[in-house]
Amino acid sequence: MMDTTAKTTIGAADERERPEGWNRPREMEPNGDGELLEVAMGPHHPSTHGVFRMDVALDGEHVVRLKPVFGYLHRNHEKIAEGVSYLASMPYTDRLDYMCSLTNNWAYALAVEKLTGQEVPERAEYLRVILGELTRVQNHASSIGFLIQEMGASGTPLMYAFREREKILDLFEGLTGSRMMCNYMRFGGCRVDASPAWLDGARKVVAGLPGFMDEMDRLLSSNEILMARTQGVGILRPELAVNAGVTGPMLRACGVNYDIRKVDGYGIYNRFKFRVPLGDHWDVYDRFMIRMLEIRESVKILEQALKEIPGGPVMDPKAKIRGFRPKPGEAYGRIESPKGELGFYLISDGGPNPYRYRVRPPSLVNLTVLEDMCLGHDIADVVLIFGSVDIVLGEVDR
Amino acid sequence: LKTLEEIKTEIEAAVPGVGVEIVPNPSVSGQHSLRLTPGHAFETAKFLRDGMGFDYLSNATGVDWPEREVAEKVRVTRQVTRTVDGVEQAAEETVEETRKHTEPGCLEAVYHLYSSSQKQGPLVVRMRTVNRTDQVELPSLTPIWRSAEFQEREIFDLFGIVFTGHPDLRRLLMWPEFKDYPMRRDYVEPDDFEFEPTAHDAVLARAEAHKAASAATGQEGTGAGQ
Repeated sequence: MMDTTAKTTIGAADERERPEGWNRPREMEPNGDGELLEVAMGPHHPSTHGVFRMDVALDGEHVVRLKPVFGYLHRNHEKIAEGVSYLASMPYTDRLDYMCSLTNNWAYALAVEKLTGQEVPERAEYLRVILGELTRVQNHASSIGFLIQEMGASGTPLMYAFREREKILDLFEGLTGSRMMCNYMRFGGCRVDASPAWLDGARKVVAGLPGFMDEMDRLLSSNEILMARTQGVGILRPELAVNAGVTGPMLRACGVNYDIRKVDGYGIYNRFKFRVPLGDHWDVYDRFMIRMLEIRESVKILEQALKEIPGGPVMDPKAKIRGFRPKPGEAYGRIESPKGELGFYLISDGGPNPYRYRVRPPSLVNLTVLEDMCLGHDIADVVLIFGSVDIVLGEVDR
Repeated sequence: LKTLEEIKTEIEAAVPGVGVEIVPNPSVSGQHSLRLTPGHAFETAKFLRDGMGFDYLSNATGVDWPEREVAEKVRVTRQVTRTVDGVEQAAEETVEETRKHTEPGCLEAVYHLYSSSQKQGPLVVRMRTVNRTDQVELPSLTPIWRSAEFQEREIFDLFGIVFTGHPDLRRLLMWPEFKDYPMRRDYVEPDDFEFEPTAHDAVLARAEAHKAASAATGQEGTGAGQ
């Protein structure tokens, strides 16, 4: 039994340092004549990656209040999924975070497998890891590209990232038939097997990734403008990050060692050697750098997985995919998606549809602290801080 | 790692007068949950964060349990009179009867807690409202875990649970003028989706009023700049 008096966790720090409301955004006092300008950034703003609005109150150039407004892309994904069978919402999960459809598939398949106790064959687990890490590489590369684009470097870094993303999307297309809406995972495995030629193609793409990362490093990491714009901007304190449920690269940039691939070891992640990069300045530059380093770690996982992948079936032959009725009960399954913790919470009442189907969206929860990070900064930095959160509106609004 | 029973005992020791109940989960996932009484939920949550190290609230969501009719089979013994060989005899007979009763409906909030440093979880905590119509208040856990801020707003928006103590309880995904709660089981979609009063309509109405006013005073113009 553990010692409950030991104050070791971040959330349980000394209460004296935690006055009432410590985890709320601080009240900003306007300087000067006290006149505030209210600006609605969005829903059609080039930096918001979709239809998202920030109602900002400005004192001169400084942000004194920021309220995010959601719902422009809301289609009640959860309600739709509760009206159809378990399998029928698998293609719809592609549309949540449309940059990373394969990790969405994986999270949903994992939750249903938890609910039904379904086993997954070894080769399918390897394919899931390979596709999940390829997804992470292309998501992080493009999110870095978008961040630099919003800084004013039009085109070049984003196109470098997209060139590499294109190779990965070609791999997805070759295996699943679709570049972005992959609809590939099934409960108890994967839909189709990968051919040896496809695996060779994947090895070739992965072999090219370290060179791409060196190129991005040379281009960006010590760039003077990038450092001037991002270092010390949008600082998020680790205790607030944990308290606000921030996950993914955002949380690790705050120096909190929490990677669900390590914590839960879901799938077969505990077989691979990789490190979890952590930030120590908690700013936008750290978030950029963590994503760069995570790509390199993903490449390590990919190399190991592509070397060790065994033969065998990709679907459990006993698995029921269509028209099954799980026993009444509930399950929460979560994975480390490129954006953070993506979870699916399912309640079964014994019927063919889920009684309750809930998506825990990392993008939405990571935006909780957007106001805290932006207060006191210039309006131009809001664009950068928002870009460093890395959200996709399909997942925020669901 | 502590078992759910140990956690329950510790909560009962730390928060006097609390009502904690273990809700078994028959599924193979084995994620059993704790049901808290809403009256003590805030102190219990504070203890879970500060005393037990559950510093990370991952998921908060609602579940709608509408009123439902439960059919139950009961064996009843009753007195009957039988005619045996022309003689009436009193006898006992056991028959199976189906009795129906309605279970009251409620709304439920479900929280999934983890510990960021001890790699423990998920601890599933749930609370129930009294009913689905007028007593739908639950204490907000946002002051304890900030990650509940948007998720509780979403529950309020889609299920209609009112979280007392939430710093900013507004609709999150639907527009503010929207009336119903779409995630409830008995929600009926409106026939006409075009009923959102947009800012544009208000501007048009104002422009019409302005035109009428300027026509009455005999002035020309569209109303702009006057």
